[in-house]
Amino acid sequence: MPKELLKGNIAMAEAAIRAGLEGYFGYPITPQTELLEWMSARMPELGRVFLQAESELAAINMVYGAACTGARVMTSSSSPGVSLMMEGLSYIAGTEIPVVLIDVMRGGPGLGNIAPAQSDYNQIVHGGGHGDYFPIVLAPSSVQEAIDLTVLAFDLAEKYRTIVVVLADGSIGQMMEPAELPPMKPLKTTRPEWATTGATNREKRVLSSIYLQPEQEEITNLRLLKRLEEIEANEIRYKSYYLEDAEFVVVGFGTAGRVALSAVRMARAEGLKVGLLRPITLNPFPIAQLRQITDQVKAFLVVEMNSGQMLLDVQRATMGQAPVEFYGRLGGVVPFPDEILAEIRRIATTNEYATNGFVRRNWLRRLETLVDGGE
Amino acid sequence: MVGVVNSQVVFERPAAMSSVATHYCPGCTHGVAHRLVAEVLDEMGLVEKTVGVASVGCSVFAYNYFDCDFVEAAHGRAPAMATGVKRMLPDRVVFTYQGDGDLASIGMGEIVHAAARGENITVIFINNANYGMTGGQMAPTTLPGQKTTSSPAGRDVEQMGFPIRTAELLATLEGAGYVVRRSLHDPKNIRLAKKAVRLAFETQVRGLGFSMVELLSTCPTNWGINPVDSLQWVEDHMVPAFPLGDYKVADAVAQIRLR
Ligand SMILES: Cc1ncc(C[n+]2csc(CCOP(=O)(O)OP(=O)(O)O)c2C)c(N)n1
Repeated sequence: MPKELLKGNIAMAEAAIRAGLEGYFGYPITPQTELLEWMSARMPELGRVFLQAESELAAINMVYGAACTGARVMTSSSSPGVSLMMEGLSYIAGTEIPVVLIDVMRGGPGLGNIAPAQSDYNQIVHGGGHGDYFPIVLAPSSVQEAIDLTVLAFDLAEKYRTIVVVLADGSIGQMMEPAELPPMKPLKTTRPEWATTGATNREKRVLSSIYLQPEQEEITNLRLLKRLEEIEANEIRYKSYYLEDAEFVVVGFGTAGRVALSAVRMARAEGLKVGLLRPITLNPFPIAQLRQITDQVKAFLVVEMNSGQMLLDVQRATMGQAPVEFYGRLGGVVPFPDEILAEIRRIATTNEYATNGFVRRNWLRRLETLVDGGE
Repeated sequence: MVGVVNSQVVFERPAAMSSVATHYCPGCTHGVAHRLVAEVLDEMGLVEKTVGVASVGCSVFAYNYFDCDFVEAAHGRAPAMATGVKRMLPDRVVFTYQGDGDLASIGMGEIVHAAARGENITVIFINNANYGMTGGQMAPTTLPGQKTTSSPAGRDVEQMGFPIRTAELLATLEGAGYVVRRSLHDPKNIRLAKKAVRLAFETQVRGLGFSMVELLSTCPTNWGINPVDSLQWVEDHMVPAFPLGDYKVADAVAQIRLR
């Protein structure tokens, strides 16, 4: 397929369609809405299911029912709408059925704004719904990657009978870039052996997340954990840049990782030995990969568009063996490359690192100064 | 054994009902409602093409009692989940089975919109004037003055509002093909209820839109009265507050002739 100039939201929608999407259920919310609108035109045209639900609560439960039939189905939303989906996500996880969710994150908390943010990290990566469950989380940093990860999401969801979240943000959803769409895949013709499609010539099937006996629920939880182990063994994805001789390593995902790459390149031009590790799977998190370079680096710098939600995972991975500094912008503000470059310079030249307990406090003081215009 | 030669089966478990004992309390009419649904699935030959949607409430284990495929919804979300199933499998029969807390309180949004869309599903709605499973709290259908574990002095309408008449409410929506209220308090009414359940499934099979049968039901355990008095209580108190009748019968549904 030739490259086209594509808007992220539409690219993800069309990628899902070409990956064999059979049913879409959603509710409008900026900065994700173009995805739903694209579906509303394309899905009926292809004789597939599109339904605008009355709320995200209904949308995720429609997806829940649709997924029970064994079809490829998805929903998409942005942060406030995703909050409303948490109940359904927990039920879907407990029922062990494949569902794809695209979350185009925006600034919060509350109604917040419609600018790009990464503050759904915790509610997506570490749960948000009740109970112990572990969706696979994929974080694109370009329109092309958003396309590729959307296609991958469906395969992973079915392979592991799990929720897969494509965790994008407003800038991935809204920006236009040249990108290549995959060819149209034919729709699945078979249904999995667990699907509830009507018990024609077979025993009846039940799909449910209820296990009244705690011992049974414990076994279910163990099964979910074993699956997670398998996912951790097979599915960790990340991208690294200039790590070979790096003394300082920036860690950032999605848009923050992309902006950080520009900063890292600028720093390299200044002769600073700095590299970038950009996790693509936020769950499973590239823990071993981070741990592996911990001995080699003088310090890490985590960059996020939130108050340090992934920072805690990086600290966990590096286990105090190297200092981990933090720089974040909040509430829908996207950092500029030179802000991150300034942080890289500070770290690379001062050799003064906050001990882990003070990382966020020190960052906050610096951010306050920046936001107040240095007053 | 001369007598046996002339014997004939006049009553048996519907094939659509699994051969297990239910967990329902003695005197509860959930079992009667289950039976009516199972009989209709048998009569119409639908067991093999039906997907049931159980809800959260005393009927949470409905999937154990029917011999068809089942999914279990979150509290109140059965109509949304049923929508997902039905949209993916339009040639299957999909029904929800919901209590009044489930359908008319936490799930009011989902039921109204499923009806408004004319979602081609059938809803069996058990109105027992309280939250059975959690131990008899006030429901949106609790009668004025009725004592429950969360309205110990009786439902005070000044504070807690009035009961919701769901069938009447949904009947205003154009997507609704068949919306009626029946009662399970005596054999005559049970027979009428059975007919309504049949018509509701006929409505779905013919693609005539959303169908719902609201069934006035007993909850002897939580009402704190014996099963016989509970049936009387339905007749004396619930029927006047929730009048039985046909609230929406679309023209095409009215033309359905059974047998
Ligand atoms: C989100 C959520 N809130 C509350 C509950 C607790 N809960 C379980 S059943 C129930 C009430 C069910 O009552 P009803 O729908 O009237 O059905 P019945 O038990 O009377 O048949 C409640 C509140 C729950 N399971 N989930």
